Amino acid sequence: MLATRAIADQLAHKDAVKGRSLWADARTRFFRNKAAVGGLIVLLLVGLFALIGPFIAPWDYEEIDWSVLGRVAEAGRPSLETGHWFGTDPLGRDLFARTVQGTQISLMVGIVGAFIAVIVGTFYGAVAGYFGGRVDNVMMRIVDVLMSIPYMFVLILLLVVFGRSMLMLFIGIGLVSWLDMARIARGQTLTLRNKEFVEAAVATGVGPFTIILRHIVPNLLGVVIVYATLLVPSMIIYESFISFLGLGVQEPLTSWGALISEGSGEMVNGTLWMLLVPLFFFVVTLFGFFFVGDGLRDALDPKDR
Amino acid sequence: MSNILMQVENLSVTFGIPRRGGWPWTPPDQLQAVSNASVTLKEGETLGLVGESGSGKSTLARAIVGTVPVSGGRVLWKGKDMVGLSAAETRAHGRHVQMVFQDPLAALNPRMTVGQVVAEPLVTHFPDLSKSEVRDKVGAMMERVGLLPALVNRYPHEFSGGQCQRIGIARALITEPELVVCDEPVSALDVSVQAQVVNLLQDLQRDMGLSLLFIAHDLSVVRHISNRIAVMYLGRIVETAEAGELIANPRHPYTKALIASVPIPSPKAERARHRPVLEGELPSPLAPPSGCVFRTRCPIAQPDCAEVRPELLEVADGHMVACPHHDDAANADQQPAESVN
Ligand SMILES: Nc1ncnc2c1ncn2[C@@H]1O[C@H](COP(=O)(O)OP(=O)(O)OP(=O)(O)O)[C@@H](O)[C@H]1O
Ligand code: SF4
Ligand SMILES: [Mg+2]
Repeated sequence: MLATRAIADQLAHKDAVKGRSLWADARTRFFRNKAAVGGLIVLLLVGLFALIGPFIAPWDYEEIDWSVLGRVAEAGRPSLETGHWFGTDPLGRDLFARTVQGTQISLMVGIVGAFIAVIVGTFYGAVAGYFGGRVDNVMMRIVDVLMSIPYMFVLILLLVVFGRSMLMLFIGIGLVSWLDMARIARGQTLTLRNKEFVEAAVATGVGPFTIILRHIVPNLLGVVIVYATLLVPSMIIYESFISFLGLGVQEPLTSWGALISEGSGEMVNGTLWMLLVPLFFFVVTLFGFFFVGDGLRDALDPKDR
Repeated sequence: MSNILMQVENLSVTFGIPRRGGWPWTPPDQLQAVSNASVTLKEGETLGLVGESGSGKSTLARAIVGTVPVSGGRVLWKGKDMVGLSAAETRAHGRHVQMVFQDPLAALNPRMTVGQVVAEPLVTHFPDLSKSEVRDKVGAMMERVGLLPALVNRYPHEFSGGQCQRIGIARALITEPELVVCDEPVSALDVSVQAQVVNLLQDLQRDMGLSLLFIAHDLSVVRHISNRIAVMYLGRIVETAEAGELIANPRHPYTKALIASVPIPSPKAERARHRPVLEGELPSPLAPPSGCVFRTRCPIAQPDCAEVRPELLEVADGHMVACPHHDDAANADQQPAESVN
């Protein structure tokens, strides 16, 4: 009674008090972390570049500038006069426009992969961990089996057999991206389901799926978000590798991996910008995600509560 | 104290413990956390359950609220067996039996506001209630347990331990249950707060006509709040009696040791008292002693104690003891004193 009265005095001037959720606390901690905020700003700039790039680019990404064709090494240099701010590619197409386009695809691949992982992996892992026993055994053995498949090989096979398409790429990425997430979510769920607040819900008579949605998943979300931000770059790398092998996106579409592959092939001709421009975006974005992921991990770390 | 609300009959709970380094198909070790326990709870009564750590009190409580599978025996609720109900029926029964936990903060979902926590049983069992009805009921209940209704939007980590326990109590009472199982509800709290929470529970019990199953690991709190007390040792109930009778006239050697370990307020009386101290450790529940499980620490153990498991028998009106030698015990206690004369 005394304690509540003390609070009552404190809050005498306010009526319904808004609480500080753990999310709000985490947000404050995150924005105090300079590296993480720097990473976030970089990511926002890259995102902005991908979104508004097409509207400010003087050239289209498919358009061939016939005036530079054949003498790309001299006339295709980055310059403000020709409007090729980042130079051109070996076919005389504007590299700025193509980088914008590649950024769109690479970010999309990363985000779609992480999204599938978050949705499928989290629920799969939470269900397996919550029900435990035989359900858990069967569900996690399936994950083990899927993990033991050399997915790069399978994806290459898929792309060769069904032809290269964005859909195939997303299917391939979707197939593998959620496996690790499912394991992480399951491990966390195993500890969560022994917590007393879950037992309280069980004792009250809350149904199992409601418990998973209301009590398990929100408490998994911290780990899931951190892992998802680290998963985006690994999906981007994954796609880049496939594109580097020449199996990814199809011309005239492109991605960072495809651009880097192209650029590195042209290095001998002294057109170094073709490699450096996409590489810069690739590296900067990966670092951005790593810093943000690190910041989120620190901010959401339950030990700090 | 009229009708019988709940009867626990020969209840056993066994956990399978996977054997270390065993093959997946090696049968797990069986840990009997509760063994043939029987207790009776009347309407409006408080039953205290005491026993040292690991004696199976929480497991018995969990079996009663239905969060742990029962391996034998019955739990009769107003005469109806609760064991073996379908999952949906067990969930529906949750409205009548609620639980208050030992660790007040761990019992509250950190991602939910206090209002959501308290409302959860209500929206589970009365899904037709409108939002404003739920809000009103939650506000009233928070007020009833001594919390400001204006705090509904706060999160559990913003409260002290005692306040968290009040939130837990509010959640337990919002569906107006008939039985509240309190598993060491004050053990984790500061001593000054303990009394407040115990008083709150007592007030609520009187006002709402609740039955309480109040668990603690020693008698100091339980003796004040309980009408009857059951003493538990290694999964067995070894003695039950009216609270006053049990304290004044304990029969089982384990109960005597428990009472002796509660400090007496006056230092003089404390020093003068003959203290049968309990030696040794609780045996592993994986390999309980044969016969009477207390015999490894019993000051008056006889050779035959290793052979037969003592049954819980009525030795006086409403006083049940599981020790055939409890009468010899009284004599044995007196013998040294007499031989001096
Ligand atoms: N889920 C479980 N799986 C396996 N063993 C368990 C489980 N729960 C409890 N036990 C075991 O059952 C025995 C009784 O435990 P229980 O928690 O009921 O004791 P307790 O009397 O409540 O003790 P405390 O005072 O420490 O809370 C212990 O030996 C414990 O290790
Ligand atoms: S039955 Fe024997 S060992 Fe058990 S309490 Fe009685 S005297 Fe002690
Ligand atoms: Mg316990």
